[in-house]
Amino acid sequence: MFPIISKEILSSTITKYVIHAPFIAKKRKAGNFVMLRVVDNGERIPITLVDSDSNAGTITLIVQAIGKTTKLLATKNVGDSILDVVGPLGVPTPIELHGQIVCIGGGVGTAEVYPIARALKDVGNTIYSIVGARSKDLIILEKEMGAISKEIYVTTDDGSYGRKGIVTDPLKELLDANKDIQAVYAIGPLPMMKAVSNLTKTYSTKTLVSLNAIMVDGTGMCGGCRVSIGGKMKFACVDGPEFDAHLVDFDELIMRNRTYVDLEKIADERCKLTPSIAALAGGVK
Amino acid sequence: MNYVNPMKPSERMKIPRQVSIEQTAEERNRNFNEVSAGLDEARAVLEAARCLECKNPVCIEGCPVTIDIRTFIQLIFKKDFIGAANKIREANYLPAICGRVCPQETQCEIVCILGKKYEPVAIGKLERFVADYEISNNLFIPPVITNHIDQKVAIVGSGPAGVTCAAELAKLGYKVTIFEALHGLGGVLRYGIPEFRLPREILDIEMERVRQLGVEIYKNFVVGRTATIDELFNEWGFEAIFLGTGAGTPTFMGIPGESLSGVYSANEYLTRVNLMQAYQFPDSDTPIKVGKEVAVIGGGNTAMDAVRTSLRLGAKKAYLIYRRSRKEMPAREEEVHHAEEEGVEFMMLTNPTRILADGNNWVCGIECQKMELGEPDESGRRKPIPVKGSEFVVPVQTVIEAVGQKPNPIIQTTTEGLDVSKWGTIVVNDVQLTSREGIFAGGDLTRGGATVILAMRDGKIAADAIHKYLSDKQDGKTESK
Ligand SMILES: Cc1cc2nc3c(=O)[nH]c(=O)nc-3n(C[C@H](O)[C@H](O)[C@H](O)COP(=O)(O)OP(=O)(O)OC[C@H]3O[C@@H](n4cnc5c(N)ncnc54)[C@H](O)[C@@H]3O)c2cc1C
Ligand SMILES: Cc1cc2nc3c(=O)[nH]c(=O)nc-3n(C[C@H](O)[C@H](O)[C@H](O)COP(=O)(O)OP(=O)(O)OC[C@H]3O[C@@H](n4cnc5c(N)ncnc54)[C@H](O)[C@@H]3O)c2cc1C
Ligand code: SF4
Ligand code: FES
Repeated sequence: MFPIISKEILSSTITKYVIHAPFIAKKRKAGNFVMLRVVDNGERIPITLVDSDSNAGTITLIVQAIGKTTKLLATKNVGDSILDVVGPLGVPTPIELHGQIVCIGGGVGTAEVYPIARALKDVGNTIYSIVGARSKDLIILEKEMGAISKEIYVTTDDGSYGRKGIVTDPLKELLDANKDIQAVYAIGPLPMMKAVSNLTKTYSTKTLVSLNAIMVDGTGMCGGCRVSIGGKMKFACVDGPEFDAHLVDFDELIMRNRTYVDLEKIADERCKLTPSIAALAGGVK
Repeated sequence: MNYVNPMKPSERMKIPRQVSIEQTAEERNRNFNEVSAGLDEARAVLEAARCLECKNPVCIEGCPVTIDIRTFIQLIFKKDFIGAANKIREANYLPAICGRVCPQETQCEIVCILGKKYEPVAIGKLERFVADYEISNNLFIPPVITNHIDQKVAIVGSGPAGVTCAAELAKLGYKVTIFEALHGLGGVLRYGIPEFRLPREILDIEMERVRQLGVEIYKNFVVGRTATIDELFNEWGFEAIFLGTGAGTPTFMGIPGESLSGVYSANEYLTRVNLMQAYQFPDSDTPIKVGKEVAVIGGGNTAMDAVRTSLRLGAKKAYLIYRRSRKEMPAREEEVHHAEEEGVEFMMLTNPTRILADGNNWVCGIECQKMELGEPDESGRRKPIPVKGSEFVVPVQTVIEAVGQKPNPIIQTTTEGLDVSKWGTIVVNDVQLTSREGIFAGGDLTRGGATVILAMRDGKIAADAIHKYLSDKQDGKTESK
């Protein structure tokens, strides 16, 4: 059992959890994730390790409540426990000195890119960051990203905050203005990562993305998370989740991730029948 | 040894081999309840009466862990069912599991003397009977551990290899800790073998009995990630480690269309259903999708389990596609027979070449090619060769590949000095010692895909070797003091 030590609401759907998991805390590196299962009969889902404190034995997760499991998690409070948390999984991000880097987070993807940006900054890279979301409410970690960045750009699709538009707008300007940008890290919804990848391809700028394939075990035992990288089959959970964006077959992954949409809806509908989740879902779109 | 059965051999031979009580095929292919209810007490005693109590019981040599089969059958004849269970447990700590899943027909029963002229004694069903008797009457008493040794041993993986090694070492008095990556114990027994062959309650009971020996268990612990092998030695203070991490990584055929929605590895498919209980969706949260028509590719136990599971999940037609002939199928005979009874359609000498998509990136069919058998290959089986121009398409909405597994490389790539073969298996000597001091390994990790009982045998041999290694090490320490 993994007790929740603290819980902080970052937006109507996004919550930050600090969880007691001493073994994972000790080994976590930027780019790692955990698989968690909230209750018995629950689904195992992958969530990025945003931070850890090996002295306190805690890990930090930032989760957007979008379906059954993430909404169920949101009903848990300080003092409650999560049944299963396993990790740290995945290949950690190689933290190298590139020089100047752009780090892009889309929606809750900002939580996933933040630990990478911070680790890259710590070894001396200069970070330009772009934080984007559908609307103001979904912009998270702006302050934290700002603190490690030379410059930060915020975009919202609806223009409710920052600049109206998508993350590729400021990215294009940055790439045009600054020929010394060595690499781009982008994490967010697949269409966003695909758009970033298409853009940086034209500049031949090295680009890394973290693929949110559907996972079951997260340890390389099922192949459900398989993705095509440069025409080769890779398992996102053990070979990734980070890959060279220019080799990723995004369209294939976008299609694969739709496999269970109808069933996910059924599971989600069930949430509404559970009073505690429904109460929370009231505040959730 | 004395005879306990007063009947003459000729009388014993007249008794027909007893059969289990089973759900009918039409009933069971729609539910996940156990297919077979096993023998009842009367049938078990009658079956035991068939045994000839041979002077030289060759059945024992046929058993990979040399259970004293003759004696346990005699105890059944005397209606000392608990005595029989304890006799088995001396050699095999998981009788309720082995009685259900072991391929007795190629081990103890194939050599049984009675089988020369009649049908062999139903040794497997008798094993299961005593194990079930003990469970249903709640008569299990954990072995008393009198010796306590301070040395700590880590067991990686809770499959049959790992838990057997753990149980043997715990009985010897060692401090044993099992590390398991998943949230459930048992390895393939939990995530691979379906409930209709091995009910979860039985598995839970057997696993609990391992815990009752004082074995400490960490679930959700991926060795190589949560802690490395070297950390287990240096920081956790383990003095020996047994690796029983199995061969869980699925391989794919590499044909076009494998990334379509509706294509599963058998491992993913069975894991969703067994470990994650997807067959109870939406009462459980993990989804699974099964089309009206399903094709399973492969001929082993895994393929058989996947295809029978598909019927139970509501498929109207379930095809088993295998590139050799039925005779060459590596699956247990009983499973093949059950699959046939349940209505699985066998497409032998058939090889898939391509998976076809509908407009939504979903599977809508599988293109196959007819095969014919040529000369025997390295495995001794006749090699299938494609028949030119024989392509045809089978309409299906789900494709499940059960074409082989290899060891998960997480530990091998995070541990220095472990010799690995070109198949990804870990190299061990005759006592399961790896190329590194203090690290032993066994089961599917060293064999590729094998069986439950061979994994258990490796676990036992390794336990003996670890005992010897640690005793010598301890003596060395006391001497040098
Ligand atoms: C490596 C990785 C890291 C991630 N990190 C984070 C994070 O830090 N914060 C965060 O909020 N989200 C993260 N996600 C996404 C998160 O796993 C999904 O939002 C979650 O699984 C949704 O589950 P649900 O039951 O609430 O919703 P559902 O209704 O089941 O699913 C909603 C959508 O989530 C995706 N999804 C569903 N099941 C899975 C699954 N088992 N594995 C992966 N994706 C799935 C599908 O695209 C689906 O359409 C990460 C995903 C991956 C692969
Ligand atoms: C579907 C199916 C049906 C089968 N049916 C039969 C049958 O009827 N009869 C029969 O005799 N055999 C059968 N087999 C084969 C048999 O199940 C295996 O040979 C046997 O389970 C191997 O045991 P093992 O202990 O070596 O490994 P496994 O049972 O594979 O267990 C390995 C365990 O190690 C864990 N693990 C892996 N990596 C790590 C890590 N890094 N850290 C911690 N834990 C880890 C895994 O999660 C797993 O729980 C079947 C196999 C399958 C797949
Ligand atoms: S070989 Fe057959 S008949 Fe002889 S002791 Fe074994 S089970 Fe009995
Ligand atoms: S999630 Fe099962 S192999 Fe990656």
